[in-house]
Amino acid sequence: MKARSREDLSSGRAAAAVGSAALAELAHDHAPIEAGAVAGVEPEARSQWQLFWRRFLRHRLAVVAGGTLILLYLAALFAHQIAPYTLNPNLGDPKVLLQARHGPSLHHWFGTDELGRDQFTRVLFAGRISLVVGLSVALVSTTFGTIVGGLAGYVGGLADNFLMRVTDLVLVVPALAILSIAGKASHGSVVTIVLILSVLFWMPIARVVRGVFLSLKEKEFVEAARASGASGFRIMLRHMLPNSIGPITVNATLVVGLAIIAESTLSFLGFGIQPPTVTWGNMLAQSEGSVGTPTAYLIYFPGLAILITVLAVNYLGDGLRDAFDPQSTR
Amino acid sequence: MADEDLPISPTRPRPPSGRGDLILTVEDLHVSFPAEQGVVKAVDGVSFEVCENEVLGVVGESGSGKTVTALAMLGLLPRTAKLSGSVRFRDQELLNLEEKELRLVRGAEIAMVFQDALAALNPVYKVGSQIGEAIKVHHPEIRRHELRERVVGLLDLVGIPNPADRADQYPHEYSGGMRQRAMIAMAICNDPDVLIADEPTTALDVTIQAQVLEVMERIQDRTSSAIILITHDLGVVAGLADRVLVMYAGRPAELGDVETLFYRSEHPYTLGLLASLPRLDQDEPDVRLHRIKGQPPSLVFVPPGCPFHPRCDFARLPEPCATQIPELRSLDDPSHVAACHFSEEVREKKPEDLRPVVGS
Amino acid sequence: MLTFVVRRLLYSIPVLLIASVLVFFFVRETTDPLARLKGSGNRDLTLIQRETHRLGLDKPLTTQYGRWLKDFVRFKWGDSLVSGRRVSTDIRDKLRNTLQLIFWGIVASAIIAIAIGVYSAVRQYSALDYTFTGLSFVGLSMPPFWFGLIAIQLLIFVPKETFHLQHPLLYSVGIHSATNHGTLDYVRHLILPVATLSVQLVAGWSRYQRASMLDVMSADYIRTARAKGVPRRVVLFKHALRNALIPLTTIMAIDIGSLFGGLIITETIFGWPGMGKLFFDAINNGDTNVLLPWLMVTAGFIVVFNLLADLLYGVLDPRIRLA
Repeated sequence: MKARSREDLSSGRAAAAVGSAALAELAHDHAPIEAGAVAGVEPEARSQWQLFWRRFLRHRLAVVAGGTLILLYLAALFAHQIAPYTLNPNLGDPKVLLQARHGPSLHHWFGTDELGRDQFTRVLFAGRISLVVGLSVALVSTTFGTIVGGLAGYVGGLADNFLMRVTDLVLVVPALAILSIAGKASHGSVVTIVLILSVLFWMPIARVVRGVFLSLKEKEFVEAARASGASGFRIMLRHMLPNSIGPITVNATLVVGLAIIAESTLSFLGFGIQPPTVTWGNMLAQSEGSVGTPTAYLIYFPGLAILITVLAVNYLGDGLRDAFDPQSTR
Repeated sequence: MADEDLPISPTRPRPPSGRGDLILTVEDLHVSFPAEQGVVKAVDGVSFEVCENEVLGVVGESGSGKTVTALAMLGLLPRTAKLSGSVRFRDQELLNLEEKELRLVRGAEIAMVFQDALAALNPVYKVGSQIGEAIKVHHPEIRRHELRERVVGLLDLVGIPNPADRADQYPHEYSGGMRQRAMIAMAICNDPDVLIADEPTTALDVTIQAQVLEVMERIQDRTSSAIILITHDLGVVAGLADRVLVMYAGRPAELGDVETLFYRSEHPYTLGLLASLPRLDQDEPDVRLHRIKGQPPSLVFVPPGCPFHPRCDFARLPEPCATQIPELRSLDDPSHVAACHFSEEVREKKPEDLRPVVGS
Repeated sequence: MLTFVVRRLLYSIPVLLIASVLVFFFVRETTDPLARLKGSGNRDLTLIQRETHRLGLDKPLTTQYGRWLKDFVRFKWGDSLVSGRRVSTDIRDKLRNTLQLIFWGIVASAIIAIAIGVYSAVRQYSALDYTFTGLSFVGLSMPPFWFGLIAIQLLIFVPKETFHLQHPLLYSVGIHSATNHGTLDYVRHLILPVATLSVQLVAGWSRYQRASMLDVMSADYIRTARAKGVPRRVVLFKHALRNALIPLTTIMAIDIGSLFGGLIITETIFGWPGMGKLFFDAINNGDTNVLLPWLMVTAGFIVVFNLLADLLYGVLDPRIRLA
C-alpha cells in the first residue's frame, strides 16, 4: 500500500512542477498497454490498429474533438486566406481608427480593439502562434522526455538517479515562478518560449516512459530478444518503444493543451511572447484593461479560443487513452 | 469471560435428525447481469431450503453462481442485477424488501462471512470497532462498556489470543487466520438465524484452514444458527455439512444429504468432483486423480440442453443431453435430487471408476 | 511521528541547499539587478560602478553565492532594490496576506471537490455527474487568469450595470475597502481571488475524488458494512468516504507548488498585496534581492506543506507507519 502511494506521489511529482492540476490528472493513468499487443507480426499489428481505431471512434466526444482540432489547425494554416482584414493595418489611418471599439457585428465578428484592429483576424493569426507553440513543446518535450525516461527505465543507474533527483528538486520551486523569470530574461521570442516550456514538460513524460519501460523490461518478449543477442539500443527501439506508444501519445497530446495554457499565462503576465507577435495570451494581456468597460467583449474571444482548443486536446487525449488502454475504467 | 456475557445463546442440543424448523426457502432464484456480449445468467433457477441447526454446503467451481446466490439473498448485488424468484426467511419475502427493511435483516438475522478477510475488513477502523458497529447497528441502546465486553468476548470465542488488546488493532496487524476469525466473530455477534460463509477458508494456509473450520464447528455446536457454507472444497463440506447443493453454471446439479451425495452421487459432475479429490484413507498408488475435461462454460453462452454435457463422460449426444435441459428429479429418496438424464446410470458408478489406472 | 517529522525536515535541508544553488545561479544569470538603473537613461557610469561594487556583483559568482547564503540563513536578506524596504519585513507582511488566500483556497477547493466527487460517484452516470465531468474538463482547459477576468466582468460589472447597483456585490481589488473593515467586506473581497485560485484545483481534485470514491465503493469492505446492516448513509460517509480521502491527500500535496504559481496570477489580477504580487513586481523591476528570498521562502513552504500532507496521510491511513 505504502509503495503504491509513493509511486502515485512520484509519478505526480513532475506534474506539480507544471503548475497545473491537469497533469496530475494525467499522471495517474499511465498503465502500459498490454505488452506484446503491438509488437506482434505484421498482419496482427494491423488488426491491433484496427481495434484501436474502432475503440477510438466509439468515443464520440474524442472524435468531435479531433475534428475540431483539425479545423483549428487548418484555420491557422490558411489564416491569410481566411482573415477578412489584414493583421497589421496602418494604425494611423483614420479609416482604421474610425472602426475602433466596435462591438461584435457582421463586419467584425469579434469586434475591434481601441486601435480599430479586427479581433477575428487577430485571434486567427494568434492561433497560429499558440497552436505551433503547443505542438512544438509537445514534440520537443516528448522526444527529450522519451529518451531520458527510456534510459532511466531501461538502463537505470545514473540516468534514473538523475531523473528522480531533478524532478524532486523541481517540486520545491513553483514552476510558474521559474518560467516567469526565464521568460522575462528571454525577451519573448517564440523559439525561446518553446524551449523554456519544453524544459518543464519533458519531466512528466520522462516519468511515464520510465514507468512503462521498467515494467516492459520484465516481460518475456524483451527477455527473449535479449537472450537472442539483440543490443540494448535495438531492444529499446524495436521492442520497448512500440509498446510504449500509447502512454507516450496520450501524454504528448495532453502536453499540447498544458503548453498552450502555460504560454498564454506567461504572455498574460508579460513574460511570454511579446507584441507585435500576436498570441491569445498577449491579446488577453492587452485587453485586461477593458474589463468593466464597453469594450469588455475583447476578453471573451481569445480566451474562448484557448478554451476550445485545450478542451479539444483534452478530450482527444481522453479518447486516445481509452482506445489504447481499454482496461482503464475511467 | 463468563458465558452469559456472550451474545451466543448457550449450547442447545441439536435434534437427532439434524433438521429443525424450516427457516429459509429459496425458490426458483434467477439472477442475471447485462454485459457487453449479452446477458450473464449468473443464477438460473436455484431452489433449496435451510432448516435450523442445519449446515448446507454449496459446492461448485468459481462462476457456478454460489456467491451470487448468497449475495442475492441479502440484496447485496450491484444495482444492475436482475432478480426473480423468491427468497423467504421465516415468513418474510426478502427479494422485494425495501433497502430499509432489508437492512434490519442483514447482520441481525442473516449474517455473512466473506471470502477474503483482508479485503472485507475496513482498513482504517480497528477490528474491535468494526465488530462493535455490527452489534450497535441492531442494538443502538447498548452501553459502551457493555459493547466493549461483548466485542472482546466474541474475539475470545473465535479463539483470538489477548482479545482485549487485539480489539484495538487494525486489520493489517492481524494474521490471515485471525482476520478470518474476526470476520466470523463479526458475523455471529447478533446471533443470526442464518450464517452464510462464503469460502471462509479459501485464502488461508492449510493449517489455518483447519483452525478456522474448527471455529466454525464450535459456533455450529453452540448456536441454533443454520449455516450455509459456500466452498469449492468438497473436503470442507464433508467435514461440516449436513446437506449439500452442487451447482454448475448457475444451475443446481445435485442436492442431498452429505452421505448420500458422496456415496451415491447421481450427477456426473458431483462424481467428477469426488474423483478429483485425493483420498488419504486409501492406499492406491496406481491410480491417478480424475480431471474433469474442459472449462466451465461462459455464463453468457450456456451450452444448450444440459450445461454440463460438453464435459460429461456419460453424455449421449445430441439427444437428449445437448437438447433437453434435465429437470431435478429423485430416484428413490425424495430428499436426494439430481439434474441428469442418466442419474440411474451415474448412481452405479463410484468415483474410483473415473480415475485412470496408471499403465492401463 | 516526531522522528518522522525531524527526519523529513533534515532530509529537506540538502534539497533546499541544492535548490538554493540552482536558484541563485539561475536568477543571477537571467536577471540584472541594475537593469532599472541602466535602463532609466542613467549614463552616470560611476553610479553604476558604485552600485555594482556595493552589491558585490564584481566578485566571482561562487563568492557571491557564499556571501548571499551566509546572509540568508542569518535572516539578513537586505533591502529591496526598488522600494528600499527591508526584504524580510516585506515578505513577512505579504506572507500574512497570502496565507489567507492559500488557506481559503485549499479549504474551499477541498470541500467543493470532495462534495462533487462523492456526489458524482454515488450518482454515477446521472445528469449531474455528466455535468460535473464536463465542467471539470472546462475548468482544466481554461487559463485561470482568464477565469479571473471573466469572473470580474460577469459577477461584478454585468450585475452592477444590469441592476444599477451603487456598490458591486463582490470586489476585485485588494483585501479591504478603504473605509470598511468588516467581515462581510472581507468576504466580498475574498470570493473572486479564491475562486480563481481554486478553479483548476476543484476541477482536478473532484475528478480524482470521484475515481477514488468509485474505486472504494466497489471494495469488499463496503459490501461487508452493508451486510452488517449499516445504513446506506453511514456506509457512504463513514466507510467509503473515509477511505476515499486517503489518496486525495497525495494529490493535494502535489498541487501545492501549482498553488503558489496560481498566486502570482491571482494576486496580480486582483491586486492582492501578497507574495504573488510581490514576485510579479520584483521580476518587472529586476529586484533580485526580493526574488531570491522569495523563491527560497516558497520552497520552504512547499516542503512544509508536503510534510503536512504526508502527516495527514498517516493520520488517515493506519497502515502507514510514520517513522
